[in-house]
Amino acid sequence: MLAGMTTNVVFGLLRVAVLVAALKAANGEIADYDIAAANTYVWIGQGLLGFVLLWGTNELAERVRSGDVVVDLYRPWNLQGALLAEDVGRGGYAFLTRLAPPMAFGMLLFPFQFPATAAQWPLFLVSGLLALVISFGFRFLIDISSFWLIDNRGLYGFWNISSGLLCGLTVPIAFFPGWAREVLWLTPFPAVLQAPIDVFLGHGDPVELLLLQAFWAVVVLAIGHFTLQRAVRKVVLQGG
Amino acid sequence: MIEVRELRREFKVATSKGLRRNYKTVTAVDGVTFGVQAGEAVGYVGPNGAGKSTTIKMLTGILVPTSGDIKVNGVDPSKQRRDLAKRIGVVFGQRSQLWWDLPLKDSFDLLRSIYRVSAEDYRRRLDECVELLGLQELLITPVRQLSLGQRMRGEITAALLHAPELLVLDEPTIGLDLESKERLREFLADINTRRGTTLLLTTHDLDDIERLCPRLMVIDHGRVLADGPLEELRAEVTPDRELVIDLREPGPAPDVPGVTAVRSEASGLRHHLTFRRAETTAAQLITRVVQQVEVHDLAVVEPEIDDVIRKLYQRQPGLNIDR
Repeated sequence: MLAGMTTNVVFGLLRVAVLVAALKAANGEIADYDIAAANTYVWIGQGLLGFVLLWGTNELAERVRSGDVVVDLYRPWNLQGALLAEDVGRGGYAFLTRLAPPMAFGMLLFPFQFPATAAQWPLFLVSGLLALVISFGFRFLIDISSFWLIDNRGLYGFWNISSGLLCGLTVPIAFFPGWAREVLWLTPFPAVLQAPIDVFLGHGDPVELLLLQAFWAVVVLAIGHFTLQRAVRKVVLQGG
Repeated sequence: MIEVRELRREFKVATSKGLRRNYKTVTAVDGVTFGVQAGEAVGYVGPNGAGKSTTIKMLTGILVPTSGDIKVNGVDPSKQRRDLAKRIGVVFGQRSQLWWDLPLKDSFDLLRSIYRVSAEDYRRRLDECVELLGLQELLITPVRQLSLGQRMRGEITAALLHAPELLVLDEPTIGLDLESKERLREFLADINTRRGTTLLLTTHDLDDIERLCPRLMVIDHGRVLADGPLEELRAEVTPDRELVIDLREPGPAPDVPGVTAVRSEASGLRHHLTFRRAETTAAQLITRVVQQVEVHDLAVVEPEIDDVIRKLYQRQPGLNIDR
């Protein structure tokens, strides 16, 4: 926990330094981001990273690989729902230990752009929770891909590398060329990180962003649900 | 309790040759039919890869059969998996349903919530298992620190908290020492007779069968080779028994009708007389033997259960080997 918090903050410092240097080179503003907005973007991003758990543990995939997943499957529960509940619980803890500290660090020590209206605070929380659900949905899909792939580490690694860029962690989506921006906003990826940051910063209509996130949350969970059903129907459960 | 008709399950297995990928169909379970009545205790045995675990996965609803019918507790397992899960318990000897890092008691509490067991039922059932399985000291121990024997007792408790009508055990005694095995068997026999919980267990330890299961089902290559009371199967596949006699004085073996083979040892002090159980009774034989020679001691030896099972494995399905 302490290690995660420290890592998030240290990387935040690096990212702030790079982003602010870029902004200064571009006369202090790039696509709606001034120095304060850029700082805010970085510190919220560093906090959300651990809260939505962009990069998971691949634990379920290992259980599929070893066949231990049979234990998860015969319980009288909806496996995806149960794991989502567990992940939301984890989020509650991560809220205190991973989201709040980097944000507080940024607010206290750096120029920070606070929400213009009080309503943005609760909207940000809802947006963060939706982002967590979508992130869970992605991780669940990557995990259960191992029903087919047996070893899903390739896909898992690819997600770990590409998700930062696609979700708006590396640079704001707004920095992308126009066509890339439009394509990305048609995918669920920005809903995992960029959307809650935009809600906080007041970039775009927050209600619209929340609706978009809710849409993607339902879609990703539904795909997970049907994929799992298909897995159980078609696929070998490993081990005797 | 269980009704299975013409159950089949096929798997596609990839066989790669260079870049080409071909699929070959493997039939793990090939037309299995059987029924289990409430309150029975049935041993389900077969060599590795025989199709035991696949059958169990289908009975619990986590695998969908390729064809055939299954009814467990009156429902189709894969269609009503969640309803069924509340009424059956499953223990996999090689897997754990306990939470590795949590104390045993916390795992039980979580299962209580998952299975929605009332607080009162939960306390009563847990107390009973804790007492019978001697778990008192272990409740606060994290599962990762338990020995295998201790953990298995925890696993069985975990499977019984929702008072299942059917308990399916997949190799429950695997890797346990003799004492732990005996303790587990005693407990299982107890819940079978006292609570009427139906037991279906797979095992490679034939003592489990002898101790627990009046009925034995043998499967290999996905087909049922034999199904019936252990004693009947024994009589069917190993028609010979042996009468061992120790004489007071060394001498030749008595010559009595009904004996098919004689083996002597200890320079004529001990003789093994083989006879067919269907043709001669041990009592008849003993009467005739004691008329001829002076006997110091005698014993009737039944074939070992291992021999019975080995002979059953050698059977081909559909082949009548009644010699």
